[in-house]
Amino acid sequence: MAGFDKVVTSYADAMHGLEENMTIIAGGFGLCGIPEGLIAEIKRMGTKGLTVVSNNCGVDGFGLGVLLEDKQIKKMVSSYVGENALFEKQLLNGELEVELTPQGTLAEKMRAGGAGIPAFYTATGFGTPVGEGKESRQFNGRDYILEEAITGDFAIIKAWKADRYGNCIYRHTAMNFNPMAATAGKITVVEVEEIVEPGELEPSQIHTPGIYVDRVIQGSFEKRIERLVTSKGA
Amino acid sequence: MALSRDQIAMRVAQEFKDGNYVNLGIGIPTLAANYVPKHIEVMLQSENGLLGMGPYPTEEQVDADMINAGKETVTASPGASIFNSAESFAMIRGGHVDFTVLGAFEVDVSGSIASWMIPNKLIKGMGGAMDLVAGAKNIIVTMTHADKHGNSKLLPACTLPLTGVNCITRIITDLAVLEVKDNAFYLRERAPGVSIEEIIEKTAGKLVVGAHTPEMVID
Repeated sequence: MAGFDKVVTSYADAMHGLEENMTIIAGGFGLCGIPEGLIAEIKRMGTKGLTVVSNNCGVDGFGLGVLLEDKQIKKMVSSYVGENALFEKQLLNGELEVELTPQGTLAEKMRAGGAGIPAFYTATGFGTPVGEGKESRQFNGRDYILEEAITGDFAIIKAWKADRYGNCIYRHTAMNFNPMAATAGKITVVEVEEIVEPGELEPSQIHTPGIYVDRVIQGSFEKRIERLVTSKGA
Repeated sequence: MALSRDQIAMRVAQEFKDGNYVNLGIGIPTLAANYVPKHIEVMLQSENGLLGMGPYPTEEQVDADMINAGKETVTASPGASIFNSAESFAMIRGGHVDFTVLGAFEVDVSGSIASWMIPNKLIKGMGGAMDLVAGAKNIIVTMTHADKHGNSKLLPACTLPLTGVNCITRIITDLAVLEVKDNAFYLRERAPGVSIEEIIEKTAGKLVVGAHTPEMVID
């Protein structure tokens, strides 16, 4: 690597430095927009004791779900984890801890973490189990709870295209949590469908500026569909 | 007769006004998209980051990068926009979405809702429901009036862990349309052929019945 060139050519280089008990923030919504190759590399490395912050935990045998197979995840921070039988088993066994976090609060925790804001007030969750034990305060007669930001040792991201400098664009709803996650990692690794040269992406169309990105790797993606639903068509 | 799921959805769709931005939850709320009156336009928001959700794709249109909040393949309508999850919940939490329609296990006279967790059963998570009930201007709850054992779901106080407090103003069930205010359910409409006595019997929380309760118009 030289200058601003962030491209790495092996998954081992992409995830170099990942150690036990680290926190990983992962982009993706269900199986949409997930860094498939980076997840596979974490499984290959066998790193244990991980805290993983991601809206969901994949499904059995795909996505983040594969990291449950060798019990690599100690704790999940997610809004919804209902798609995964192994997850359920490890949760009931006490082998896995889960911190359920409202989806919008989770996105904002990542955004705040990347933006240097340590905490924020939100009405979401006030008066519910989510608000228990948290500071609350009234603004203009309404109750809010204080939620703390999240940062990670690593952020693992899936983008559509990136240039060598790490400027990223996402495709359709595969964007989801990826842009916030990308800002919140000490080391942010982006797996992409296509790497292009600096200057090929239109500057005003960049979703994630390269300053947030440390490593870019060319991936290949299965893009498994979780729920295929079609209309009859014309 | 109690309304079918589709008939509840038909009645929900009558609430929408031309130009509304609407978020529909999974189940009966999703069906409401099929019954939006022809003379108005609404735009559907899907909290994974899509405003202007279109119909399900044809087999040729299927794209793994284009899904809705239920993780189903969808399309984007002409004039749609796509954005990240923080932006999506900024529009929800910030009160920019006009209507949220979602299901519930229980609602009470204070407008509190329980919809995500039954203790001692598997807890799957709240997804975006807590943000939606904290943010939308108008929240409509759709559910059956009573559970399958005949126990009322409209209570003096919710017994299950809450999704949100003091946020529900309108409930559309298989038996009735109700407004929630002043610590009571106000009966506004009844399903065709359903007696007021039946609604009274199946409403555990305080119910206020006016002099005349019209039947819903479902066609």
